[in-house]
Amino acid sequence: MDKFYYDNKIVKQFGVATLFWGIIGMLVGVLIAFQLAFPALNFGIPYTSFGRLRPLHTNAVIFAFVGNAVMGGAYFILQRVLKTRLFSDLLSKIHFWGWQLIIVFGAITLVAGYTTGKEYAELEWPLDILITLIWVVFGINMVGTILKRRERHLYVSVWFFIGTWVTVAMLHIVNSFEIPFTWLKSYSLYAGVQDALVQWWYGHNAVAFFLTTPFLGLMYYFVPKAAERPVYSYRWSIIHFWALIFIYIWAGPHHLLYTALPEWAQALGTVFSIMLILPSWGGMLNGLFTLRGAWDRVREDPILKMLVVSLTCYGMATVEGPMLSLKNVNAYSHYTDWTVAHVHIGALGFNGFMIFAMLYYLVPRMWNTTLHSRQLANVHFLISTIGILLYAIPMYWAGWAQSLMWKKFTDSGQLQYQFLETVTHIVPMYIVRGIGGTLYWIGAFLAVYNLYKTMKKGSFVDNEVAEALPLSAQPIPVKQHWHNAIERKPVQMLALSFVVVAIGGIVELVPTFLVESNVPTISSVKPYTPLELHGRDLYVREGCYTCHSQMIRPFRDEEMRYGEYSKSGEFVYDYPFQWGSKRTGPDLHRIGGKYPDSWHYNHMRDPQETSPGSVMPPYPWLLEKELNTRTTPAKIRAMQKLGVPYPEGYDKISNEELRKQAERIAAGLKGSKIEVSADKEIIAMIAYLQRLGTDIKK
Amino acid sequence: MKFSNYLKSIEDVSIYPLITLVLFVLVFVSVVVYTFMISKQDMDERANIPLK
Repeated sequence: MDKFYYDNKIVKQFGVATLFWGIIGMLVGVLIAFQLAFPALNFGIPYTSFGRLRPLHTNAVIFAFVGNAVMGGAYFILQRVLKTRLFSDLLSKIHFWGWQLIIVFGAITLVAGYTTGKEYAELEWPLDILITLIWVVFGINMVGTILKRRERHLYVSVWFFIGTWVTVAMLHIVNSFEIPFTWLKSYSLYAGVQDALVQWWYGHNAVAFFLTTPFLGLMYYFVPKAAERPVYSYRWSIIHFWALIFIYIWAGPHHLLYTALPEWAQALGTVFSIMLILPSWGGMLNGLFTLRGAWDRVREDPILKMLVVSLTCYGMATVEGPMLSLKNVNAYSHYTDWTVAHVHIGALGFNGFMIFAMLYYLVPRMWNTTLHSRQLANVHFLISTIGILLYAIPMYWAGWAQSLMWKKFTDSGQLQYQFLETVTHIVPMYIVRGIGGTLYWIGAFLAVYNLYKTMKKGSFVDNEVAEALPLSAQPIPVKQHWHNAIERKPVQMLALSFVVVAIGGIVELVPTFLVESNVPTISSVKPYTPLELHGRDLYVREGCYTCHSQMIRPFRDEEMRYGEYSKSGEFVYDYPFQWGSKRTGPDLHRIGGKYPDSWHYNHMRDPQETSPGSVMPPYPWLLEKELNTRTTPAKIRAMQKLGVPYPEGYDKISNEELRKQAERIAAGLKGSKIEVSADKEIIAMIAYLQRLGTDIKK
Repeated sequence: MKFSNYLKSIEDVSIYPLITLVLFVLVFVSVVVYTFMISKQDMDERANIPLK
């Protein structure tokens, strides 16, 4: 028998970080929820405006709260099911502190306005590199641990962690190709339709492989542990794993239905999304059936309660997702709060409750004591469950109501509602949602208190003693299957998982990359002028895409409201694409020329003045800050590298061109009795907005 | 059909869905066959790893 020690310290560090970032990330979520009802909460400064805080919220809850939980949970489970200490204490340490560094820098840069403008992949290029390095450290530590194990079989949780690691690495690298032009800013390597396809292939699979597969790894360990019985069917779990990683990777295009994306790719996304129901529900039922004979305990045990609600939410979200992928449903649901509700059923219910159940399980065990208060944990469960309901129901309602209002015509064939009317109609729902989020946050806070008291009560066991037979001393089974061979060789398993997920990626992405005819060119579409390019970068910096789409779908109501539907060829110079995924405000793709420059000036200064009842935050700093034109030549050169046909040597004269256009706009504003110097940021923003969607009208 | 309009410009495009379908079916069938070939005792042993 070998005697060895489990490293609990690293699990503790990740666990504490989970709680810390969870509280912060959710609090930012609550703030931005209320901002949508009370724009004054944007406080009139850049760092607290919705467009910057929304990416902070999503990044904080996904990569900081969930990320730390997954890493801590994986390190706890890997050691126990492989009967060994983690591969390297040093790598564990580098992994933990490196990840926290990424989070801190990520938060600072996002609030400061350094963003790639691609949802859930907003962090800029230096952080992208750091993420890659730390992810490699995580991978080496994980595979190293698997290689020195004392358990012949790799338990199914380990497969899910391997699948997660491989796929996230691939997604992150492919989606993060960018050309830097300053130390903190870059342009995406892809433009328009291609960028959208890559981004949503990433975005969708970030949900699949950062928020789902690692959680199934946690589920297959913690549900049997909490229920004190083995998983219902190990056979199901094998099918679950392979089917899920194979099918998930294909479903990305369902985020782009009715857009300018080629139709074959949209069809592919829908078909695979429907197929996803089977493995997802198979997995959910496998988890729930594991509780066979233990249902009486669900009444009292907060951990089991949370696991049951978590799995139920997983089941709900995974039947709703495919439903939203049907084109006829998506026509209504897309761009509305329905998507937001759907996401939060997964995030608050499935992810959140799984994490809290895990922590309620881990902390008493690692501190060698019992939970400080079971009753308090039950209160947490109750408050947070009510919180989820109060969050989701108003958002479903708001989504439906707004979509129906958008599409409503009068008898004479006119649109019945102005966009703004559809917003003010759902503001009360936004308030209830904010209350729901607050309740969930209070529940999380109770968990922090309860777990803190538990830690104080017990004494932490940083090196937990364990014993197991070395692998060499264990008998080799007589009968072997091919899967056994893969399982015994984790590197093979890793390679095979990669092949499986890469196939989906290649078949989906390659045709769009190679074939120019997939994106028909439009001869009148020309590159942005230097001033417009700056304006576009300001649009990205302020996170305008978090509330405004730039993609008019070919529907009667959308064409009537916004103008001619968007063509793929119109986006060929958009690095990155800015199609958006949510219309808290109206679509902006054909905003160019719709209003005079003075309207935009006044609207950015105080949206409520031009649009009474608007929930848009004001952007007074755009009127005061000078445009940084030092970067213009570098921007032009980066664009040229990406293939944008600016004439040679254009970078040298770009600032001169910029000045001329800016002065024309400033002079025009002067005619409208607005005194503003031509070197302010607002001028660039106006130039960009007035250019949007106008090329095909030429 | 629009689907084929987009695809017909890709050289030998028919091979893509074919490869995909074959791979998908192969992986799926092998996994299913495999899982039903393993003995119950073997499965139980694995399922019990976290509880050991």
